[in-house]
Amino acid sequence: MSESVSQIFIGTLLANNFVLAMFLGLCPFLGVSARLNTALPMGAATTFVMLVASLCAFGLNWLVTALHLEFLRLIAYIVIIAAAVQLVEMVLKKTSPVLFRALGIYLALITTNCAVLGVALFQTAREYRFIQSLTFALAGGLGFTLALLLMAGLRERLSLANIPNVVQGTALSLLLAGLLSLAFMGFAGLGAGE
Amino acid sequence: MATAPLIPGQKPRSNLEELLEGVWKQNPVFVMVLGMCPTLAVSVSAMNAMSMGLATAFVLVGSSLLVSLMRNLVPKEVRIATYILIIATFVTVVDYAIQAISLALYDALGAFIQLIVVNCIILGRAEAHASKNRPVKAVLNAIGMGAGFTIGLFALGAVREILGAGKLFGVSLFGPDFQPWVVMVLPPGGFFVLGAWLLLFNWLDSRKAAPAKPTESHAHV
Repeated sequence: MSESVSQIFIGTLLANNFVLAMFLGLCPFLGVSARLNTALPMGAATTFVMLVASLCAFGLNWLVTALHLEFLRLIAYIVIIAAAVQLVEMVLKKTSPVLFRALGIYLALITTNCAVLGVALFQTAREYRFIQSLTFALAGGLGFTLALLLMAGLRERLSLANIPNVVQGTALSLLLAGLLSLAFMGFAGLGAGE
Repeated sequence: MATAPLIPGQKPRSNLEELLEGVWKQNPVFVMVLGMCPTLAVSVSAMNAMSMGLATAFVLVGSSLLVSLMRNLVPKEVRIATYILIIATFVTVVDYAIQAISLALYDALGAFIQLIVVNCIILGRAEAHASKNRPVKAVLNAIGMGAGFTIGLFALGAVREILGAGKLFGVSLFGPDFQPWVVMVLPPGGFFVLGAWLLLFNWLDSRKAAPAKPTESHAHV
């Protein structure tokens, strides 16, 4: 792949936003986006774990390919992501208990966030090199945070609005996500490889 | 033989109820709204959606059986890690199987086959059901859930394909003059169609609840 770093960054952040265009990380997107003050820490934690996971996956992919054990790739990825989340949890607990308490519940949930495994799988499928992989992970995480923040903003405004009962709950969130996704389609073509 | 530890006051459920739970009452797509990443990403056409549903159902049934068989062997502390490893093994099997059967389908589904690993339905079933029930019940429940997931995916994929391309399973429905509603096969369409299905079910529920007499008649499947 010969995409430049800036193309990958812009493309992943906006045109191919992880949540709104590639449907990765929808569970936390719909679950944690009710309020702005939880959306930001969640986005930051996920971005950080995505960077760690991307780094680990890059090394692991090299190892697995060198040993001709490609069929173990998926199992190795999921184990290393779980381990990375655990590690991040432990480091945070030692170095910054305040931040740890703020993120506490969400950290463990990140293991089953498909955006994290998605980063590892897509960077392998697209044969990104080291710097490209890290850029991809960073842009993916920032894009996830952006989508989460936009959604939280919308939902906070709507919690005071007068909405028919039928549209309450998940249906409303999905329709909002659809509108956001439609808006993000305006970025299509930005950062494209050609 | 160890009987399933049930929530106090809950009747042991019959095999048929186990099977039907996932198909309708607890449909993973429409009722629980779980595992939406693959749901929305691959439901561009009915064919893709069905394949994804069947692949997920296979992983679900296989991992439920294994988790249920091993439920007394796995220490409580490492159970989640064990479940994930079991699931990842089955997903690898499916991944290679699809690659061998149809390369075109493999390319269409892409990384989303491997992303079955983090589908919350499967881990959820392993933790909430398979680890507490005997293999027969666990497998029946998993088959029901898998069928429910496939039905949900098909409902989405069919609507999106009909509106977005004027086709169903690749067969043109409306003739050459049909102007496709392209947005339906693009990402926003996925959100809109699932949102619309949920709206429909909400509306049906509210209509059922409206005639002030909450009868038991709608409680059965």
